[in-house]
Amino acid sequence: MIIVSNVHKRFGPKQVLKGVNLKIYDGESLVILGPSGCGKSVLLKHIIGLLKPDSGQVFIDGEDITTYNANQLDLLRMRMGMLFQSAALFDSLNVEDNIAFALKRHTKLSKLALHHLVSEKLEMVGLPGTNYLMPSELSGGMRKRVGLARAIAMEPEIILYDEPTTGLDPIMTSAIDELHLSLKEKLGVTSIVVTHDMKSAFRICDRVALHYGGQIVEIGTKEEILNSPNPMVQQFIKGESQGPMTLL
Amino acid sequence: MIKSFIEAAGEQTILLMQTFYWTIQSLRNGKFSFKNLINQMSIIGVDSFMMVAISGFALGAVLVVQIGFQFANMGAQSYVGGVVALSMTREIAPLMTAIVVAGRIGSSMAAEIGTMKITEQIDALETMATNPVDYLVVPRFWACTFMLFLLTVVSNAFGMVGGSITAVYQVGLTFESFKDSILYLLKIQDLLGGLLKAVIFGGIISIIGCYKGFTTEGGAEGVGKSTTSAVVIAIMLIIAVNFFLTVGITNFTSAYLQ
Repeated sequence: MIIVSNVHKRFGPKQVLKGVNLKIYDGESLVILGPSGCGKSVLLKHIIGLLKPDSGQVFIDGEDITTYNANQLDLLRMRMGMLFQSAALFDSLNVEDNIAFALKRHTKLSKLALHHLVSEKLEMVGLPGTNYLMPSELSGGMRKRVGLARAIAMEPEIILYDEPTTGLDPIMTSAIDELHLSLKEKLGVTSIVVTHDMKSAFRICDRVALHYGGQIVEIGTKEEILNSPNPMVQQFIKGESQGPMTLL
Repeated sequence: MIKSFIEAAGEQTILLMQTFYWTIQSLRNGKFSFKNLINQMSIIGVDSFMMVAISGFALGAVLVVQIGFQFANMGAQSYVGGVVALSMTREIAPLMTAIVVAGRIGSSMAAEIGTMKITEQIDALETMATNPVDYLVVPRFWACTFMLFLLTVVSNAFGMVGGSITAVYQVGLTFESFKDSILYLLKIQDLLGGLLKAVIFGGIISIIGCYKGFTTEGGAEGVGKSTTSAVVIAIMLIIAVNFFLTVGITNFTSAYLQ
């Protein structure tokens, strides 16, 4: 279980997280919604230990990872995968080397085994045969899918998705959602998804959290969120520019 | 201003210490990437070879023109080769090679790592349990120090060639007298002192380049600023450090090796 407890984070004069509290259960898919720039990606980076909170704790399986040293964090990250908003593929490496990056560094798999594994992941994300393309030769959507293949290459227990379907067409969005659901079903993966795509969010979620003003303002199942009386939730679901949520 | 200068100097020192730490760690656990090291060495060496060779040749030639006629007027033409060799090996070759490489390679290190920083590639490395200093700085640091050593040897050699050609065809010396003068005045410690400087300059270029990359903020504008400041700071630091190294090496050789 992942517990985010009263996490505060400030960047210069801007207080981005103002006491975030969140529980994510094993095998659950939690979708975090919220307007752009409200700190959702910053929250994800705290969960994988890329950022340390100014105050507060992040517990994974009962251990406070904010006190971890570099070696402990590395061990933790071997159990996690993250898909970045910009995909963050390594420009100097081809698709195969990008996907096999962590496997090459942390396992002793042969070249052939790595190639088969990479090809299998590429099949899963709908990009077979692209092993030797460079990231500069890929479209935005293809980069995102290669990023996803890289995130799942080590078969992690926890996957963090930072806007996984942004820039994808509706068919590919649906395929990514199905992949997400199958990973959850087959491997029992715990997922935390940051997205703006409401349709995709409600398709994959077990629960949905709404993040605004540096805090989680509402959390619940799909039905609870859709029927929430909270005006912020209703404004966000309906996509209204007028309401308690203001543009950041 | 002073505070940020001290902070940056401290962070660069920490980066240097981390580089040594991760070198030992990665050698110990067998994860040192020799492929990455060779790749960086070829980038630095191949990209800079022609510039270093041409500038070394030209500087050796210019030195002979500048001092050859003066020495000939004083009847000291037998010292021309030796003085040129001393100037090249002790000062000009390591300094000019470092300045050329700082402009060519220091800037590209800052740009490459800076772009990785703003496109979240550095974060991605960390999420895959890979320390960015280990993966990015260690191979660049050792490649840069080793290649600066080799490139300075190249600069020295081309400087001597350029000097000897000018000495023969412009000043009217014989090749034999130029060569004998070099062999008479140049000591092994002069050559080693210059190469020691080159190694240290290589370390400075790579650490400043990588540090500026890691501290890049913003978008393309941030990368541009980092690139420029990596070159400016590296060159200023090289010139300043060169002074202290010259004093230190001169005192050491005069105290222990003469």
